[in-house]
Amino acid sequence: MTDVPSVVDSRADRPARSWREFVTTSGIDTRLMGMLIALAVIWIGFDSMSHGKFITSRNLWNLSVQSVSIGVMATGMVLIIVSRNIDLSVGSLLGFLGYTMALIQTQGKISVLGLNLSISSLQRHQWYTWILALAVGLALGALVGLFQGVIVAYVGVPAFIVTLGGFLAWRGLIFRTGGTKGQTLSPLDTTFTYLGGAPERSLGNWKTWIVVLIVCLGIVSTILLARQRRVRHGLAIRSTAMDVGFAVGGCAATVLGVWLIAIKYRSPTTNKSVGLAYPVLILIVVTMVMTYLAKRRRFGRYVFAYGGNPEAAELGGINTRRTVTYTYVVMGMLCAISAAIQTARLNSATTNLGVQNELDVIAAAVIGGTSFSGGVGTIPGAVLGAVVMQSLRSGMSLLNIDSPSQDIVVGVVLVTAVAVDALLRVRNRRGMLGALAGGVLVAAWVIQTGRP
Amino acid sequence: MPTISPASSERSADMTPLCELRDIRVAFGGLHAVDGVSIDLFPGEVVALVGGNGAGKSTLVHTLSGAHPADSGEIFINGERVVIHNPRDARLHGVEVIYQKLALADNIDAAANVFLGRELRTRTGSLDDEAMASATQKVMQRLNPRFRNLKTAVRSLSGGQRQSVAIARAVHFNARILIMDEPTAALGPAETSQVRDLITQLKAEGIGIFLISHDIHDVFDLADRISVMLQGRLVGTVNKVDVSKDEVLAMIIAGKQPGEVSKEEIADLHAPAQHTAE
Ligand SMILES: Nc1ncnc2c1ncn2[C@@H]1O[C@H](COP(=O)(O)OP(=O)(O)OP(=O)(O)O)[C@@H](O)[C@H]1O
Ligand SMILES: [Mg+2]
Repeated sequence: MTDVPSVVDSRADRPARSWREFVTTSGIDTRLMGMLIALAVIWIGFDSMSHGKFITSRNLWNLSVQSVSIGVMATGMVLIIVSRNIDLSVGSLLGFLGYTMALIQTQGKISVLGLNLSISSLQRHQWYTWILALAVGLALGALVGLFQGVIVAYVGVPAFIVTLGGFLAWRGLIFRTGGTKGQTLSPLDTTFTYLGGAPERSLGNWKTWIVVLIVCLGIVSTILLARQRRVRHGLAIRSTAMDVGFAVGGCAATVLGVWLIAIKYRSPTTNKSVGLAYPVLILIVVTMVMTYLAKRRRFGRYVFAYGGNPEAAELGGINTRRTVTYTYVVMGMLCAISAAIQTARLNSATTNLGVQNELDVIAAAVIGGTSFSGGVGTIPGAVLGAVVMQSLRSGMSLLNIDSPSQDIVVGVVLVTAVAVDALLRVRNRRGMLGALAGGVLVAAWVIQTGRP
Repeated sequence: MPTISPASSERSADMTPLCELRDIRVAFGGLHAVDGVSIDLFPGEVVALVGGNGAGKSTLVHTLSGAHPADSGEIFINGERVVIHNPRDARLHGVEVIYQKLALADNIDAAANVFLGRELRTRTGSLDDEAMASATQKVMQRLNPRFRNLKTAVRSLSGGQRQSVAIARAVHFNARILIMDEPTAALGPAETSQVRDLITQLKAEGIGIFLISHDIHDVFDLADRISVMLQGRLVGTVNKVDVSKDEVLAMIIAGKQPGEVSKEEIADLHAPAQHTAE
């Protein structure tokens, strides 16, 4: 064997020569960057249209809380769409799970289709009631996901059909649960309601800073560990300046963002800093766990490989059916988390909980760069997609635009985002600019003419 | 690596083959794609599988690779009967494949493709991407030293580079039996000669190779023996040194045994042969 020059790159410690080279060596996700810019444009646009009412701590804090439910589910939808499937049942499943969890808290029992399940430990108003409700919700969500996943992966019924069935069935089941004929269940366990994110039930000042500290330590150690691993294996590393830049930039953005949104927002009653809301904390944790699952676990690798080329995955000896099934199990559990957050926020469960959520979740994933042709999508992208959608809705609400008009705008943005993505992928710059301009103009026109 | 002499003619009769397929049958509905074919392979040997389009070559090797198990027939590896249901079984027996339609996931990078289904993991069970990248880099230095795009999705690689990824997979996992289904079909001249060098090198390391190819020159340059298939059946297996290219063409096209063809028939073959052995 001849001696080949080491691939530990001499490039690493030279300053980046061009933007393109910078992007490739740094491993920045340009699509995510584009979305952040789009989000900034949306925020600034609404802020100027509403004369400075959009970029306020109070509004952004509410925005952060409102984005959570869809954001959490969108992280799971990414994996499902990446593996060339779809889940139309998430809204109905969310409703069913939320209703079941509320039953445990309000009546201390579950009964479905005449089957009663009243274990003596299902006591109301105990310190563990909220844990029990949450655990049952998660288990039930996983079970329903397993059921749907098995039908998709092993029986071979198309995912669209299976989850369309689920869409109808889980919603219908709400009315056959608890023997209550679908009455509203309220109030919920006090501790449970912390999951909903009211200003007076948030992390407060010092706990928020602890979270920030943990996140910053996480950022720094991730960068450091990745660098160490690459050095140990003799791989090319990014320049020290670049890594330090990422660490400092990431931490600064976290501190600044949290300060602007959560610390500056003071409770109107106590005048104390509200801090991060618990559901936002949940979304942060879910995003990190799901990113880890997608990027650094075999399961995630298999989901992407299967989405990219099902045949290759099969020939690679991957158990593709089990992989697909697990995507639905994960989705079911995420539905349970969102169900807890939504019911806790309302302090009640109603039969129309989660109606239309499946569409919002799919839209968030798609705006976030998930492709229906399979194999392409990111977890942070989907979360950002949820924030973009919620920003549009909340901005338009601020301008008193009615919800039918909001739907038009969200629809236009959805299609524009995908069109821009598709045109960029074939490097049609002019077409991309045209699509972008067209979409923005139509959206702006609908907003402008919809203002009272 | 032990160097085993490429022993086609001087091989002793009692040496056990590395791999033997006996009376393999595969049917798709009423179509007998492979109809009672037996072939074998010795260490350090290249056996070429030739035949026209649809002769059943790919289907035959798929029974060994686990991509599509045989309906009936037996497979022996090192003299032991084995059952291969799926690609995982095949790999456990040291069988690696480079598929005709490269089985790569386009959306993930080279290392992820090389280790697909056999990922390296850290103690916590996380993917050890760095270890996989560095191992891939090492194999690549041997296969295609100019290959640098370890971090980009395989989609954006050239045909030759993609081929290197597929071959790297087989080489890294120390295949004992390597199946190459038209490995040079999509390659330019430089890459083709690279693959040919590699075949010679792997052969010297004692690996047995089934080589499917439509290029009769490649076959004669690389193979020790040639098995010819026609419409799902084995026409025959011949030692390369015992036959001429024309005789092999006659086997491929007309199913004639080497002794059976007359001079005139060979002359007749030459015009259509250009098309069939493209
Ligand atoms: N999955 C399948 N389903 C149905 N028929 C198939 C399938 N795979 C192969 N066949 C048929 O089996 C026969 C043999 O196909 P095979 O791919 O083994 O041929 P081949 O010798 O590899 O040809 P080529 O040189 O074109 O690759 C063909 O008639 C083909 O149409
Ligand atoms: Mg073939």
